[in-house]
Amino acid sequence: MKTICFYFQIHQPFRLKRYRFFDIGNDHYYYDDFQNEAIIRQIADRCYIPANRLLLEMIKSSGGKFKAAFSISGTALEQMEYYTPEVLDGLKELAATGNVEFLTETYAHSLASLGNEDEFKIQVQKHQEKIYSLLGVKPKVFRNTELIYSDDISELVSEMGFEGMLTEGAKHVLGWKSPNYVYASSINPDLKLLLKNDRFSEDLSVRFNNYSWNEYPLTADKYMSWIASTPEEEQIINLFMNYDVLGSFHPAESGIFDFFRALPRFAAEKGISFSLPSEVFRIFKPIDSISVPYPMSWVDEEKDCSSWLGNILQKEAFEKIKAISNRVHLIEERRIQQDWLYLQSSDHFYYMNTKHPGEKGFSPYDNPYEAFNNYMNVLADFIFRVEAQYPSSIDDEELNALLTTINNQNTRIEELEKELDKYKNKKKAPKKETVRK
Amino acid sequence: MKALMYGWEFPPHILGGLGTASYGLTRGMAMQPDMDITFVIPKPWGDEDQSFLKIVGACNVPIVWRDVDWDYVKSRIGKYMDPQKYYDYRDRIYADFTYRHVNDLGCIEFSGRYPDNLLEEINNYSIVAGVVARTEQFDIIHAHDWLTYPAGIHTKQVSGKPLVIHVHATDYDRSRGNVNPDVYNIEKNGMDNADHIITVSNLTRQTVIEKYHQDPAKVTTVHNAVEPLSPEILAIPDKKGVKDKVITFLGRITMQKGPEYFVEAAAMVLAKAPHARFVMAGSGDKMDEMIRLAAMRGISDRFHFTGFMKGKQVYEVFKASDVYVMPSVSEPFGISPLEAMQCGVPSIISKQSGCAEILDYAVKVDYWDIEAMADAMYSIITYPAMHQFLKEEGIKEVDNIKWEYAGQKVRRIYDLLINR
Repeated sequence: MKTICFYFQIHQPFRLKRYRFFDIGNDHYYYDDFQNEAIIRQIADRCYIPANRLLLEMIKSSGGKFKAAFSISGTALEQMEYYTPEVLDGLKELAATGNVEFLTETYAHSLASLGNEDEFKIQVQKHQEKIYSLLGVKPKVFRNTELIYSDDISELVSEMGFEGMLTEGAKHVLGWKSPNYVYASSINPDLKLLLKNDRFSEDLSVRFNNYSWNEYPLTADKYMSWIASTPEEEQIINLFMNYDVLGSFHPAESGIFDFFRALPRFAAEKGISFSLPSEVFRIFKPIDSISVPYPMSWVDEEKDCSSWLGNILQKEAFEKIKAISNRVHLIEERRIQQDWLYLQSSDHFYYMNTKHPGEKGFSPYDNPYEAFNNYMNVLADFIFRVEAQYPSSIDDEELNALLTTINNQNTRIEELEKELDKYKNKKKAPKKETVRK
Repeated sequence: MKALMYGWEFPPHILGGLGTASYGLTRGMAMQPDMDITFVIPKPWGDEDQSFLKIVGACNVPIVWRDVDWDYVKSRIGKYMDPQKYYDYRDRIYADFTYRHVNDLGCIEFSGRYPDNLLEEINNYSIVAGVVARTEQFDIIHAHDWLTYPAGIHTKQVSGKPLVIHVHATDYDRSRGNVNPDVYNIEKNGMDNADHIITVSNLTRQTVIEKYHQDPAKVTTVHNAVEPLSPEILAIPDKKGVKDKVITFLGRITMQKGPEYFVEAAAMVLAKAPHARFVMAGSGDKMDEMIRLAAMRGISDRFHFTGFMKGKQVYEVFKASDVYVMPSVSEPFGISPLEAMQCGVPSIISKQSGCAEILDYAVKVDYWDIEAMADAMYSIITYPAMHQFLKEEGIKEVDNIKWEYAGQKVRRIYDLLINR
């Protein structure tokens, strides 16, 4: 029997306001609140709210057969708390049905997995805590930013105790293999992998509303029969996409909501079920292991990381972030910690990409250079604040030594006091002896 | 003495140094009691300061006869000039231009900028000059920069008055030697027809003599000067939010200005002095390349780009700066270091800029010598005495570079030509 594993990504970054050179050192607030609110408000109205309602209805009308997984970034969750709490309520309702699984990712939807291990672990943990505090569930399955995956990342993830992970089924990695099985990491065979089925996922996310597609219009009936006609032994179809597909990428008029509504019925007709990632990992054994020496993602034709770290600007910004990471970890101030997360969102790097000249995409900037300048100005101010606490004139090692001394001062004082007491007692003790004599 | 001047820009709407220089020079000359200047520009905005000269907009001078009544003319161009002038000009249309594209007043539209069809605009400007030349009374013609040379020549042919051309820049400066033949042709033609050539520096004078084959006796240098700063500008506070030393580049980010040498020197300074910060203010076709270069050198967190700056913003940048650098590969004059020095900012300038000829209290280096440039930057931000000395002496020095004196030199040239 075949099963479909749905997973939706929800992410919103904190977009930066125009930040001039003169603001450095003067203004420590970096975000364009107006724009951030307007965007999430719009997407919530068009997509999140009606889509939540739809999924709930699908779960109920299918008698609990329909299931789907979500990965929601920490920054998106925060924006929902600030601007659209009704979306969170919808997600809580979905969580209560037990038919929805929430996955963990890096809190800021960041690129920390690409070379900043400590930060990666911190952010994953933060995200787990956030999900637990808002939705009351503890995620067991991991999904990295934009499905970025490599052997190194698999090692990190399995070290953190996850049973499985979702990633891309990139052609250059799979070759002739099919994504419709469970795989395992070649480095650590205990970590199971679900790979995105590109064709079926992109039928919905990209082609659904394309008039010039020869299969237009796509109906639930036709779609399910395609899935049913895959080879008998291929049992898992992974449909990974942005939640925005519902109502935002494809407007409601395109019929996307009705299409989804009809899915469970036609799936049942064809004997196809729906599963959550953790269920799949429980039931199916890996058929093979895959090795991914270079990071892949689900973006563009190349399915690699060149959208975020492709050009010199992006690399420079990323290096500067990495360089202060250790220092930021020493600081407890909440505002610095908050800004630190917000500044790491992969979106800021995506805005600097020069892969599609002339195309703006999701970028709020006119061009990648402007995105870079603005980001670096903000980052300069952030570094300035970090250095105000831990000046760069003291090098890392020295700083660590000093901090250890400070952090351990209480225990050290206790130790010394004990020692002192010991000597005091010693002094007293002989006296007693002499008295006895 | 009545002078008819042709220019392309006039403050407050300026795009480059030409507008500033035109303003300063005319203002300096207007201090001479018997001086009367009419200044033609392609397109006035109506908010130009006309207290010391008269502005004529080429876009308001008719070249095709149109029967329009006084009130209509007043409502259309009353903001820019006396309607009577319109009729005076209309009476002196000298040829049939009905085949040209004109508006309801019979005037040609001008962008007043540097559009893609610049050569056409230059030609139109020259057609209009024919009408102006037949109407205005003047003793001498003075054309600023190559865009207006054809108009100057035309006026000379009509009136027979002596023509002075003022070379603010040549195409050799703008292109690092790869001159555009059309532009060169216009420049050369202007110089050949001129009775006298004024250059803004000896450097430019040399170019004019060597590259345009002019008789040295016909070429005189009149260095540019600066207007004293207004109290409003002097009152702009330093808005910089960091204690770091700020080293600034300000100008168009183009090949001529040598921005890459600034970035390279910045990388060298930052290796030794991590407390420095660099600002590249302005825009231009090399901007994206410079952003990449700074990123490549790994200094982007301390190297900032502001984008295009105008008016007061320029002085905000100066006020926040500790050092100003102009590494121009070839700069006919370069007025910005003088402005920086007025604000008390020590300047480092390339030996290849014209203003180096008149400044003693600015550090001069070859534009390509990034090590010397880095040295100079480092010592000014590191040794307070050096900074203080250049600041104080710099202010004294530029305070004595006045447009009034430049105006007197120009006047002596006029007198020579008229009494010849």
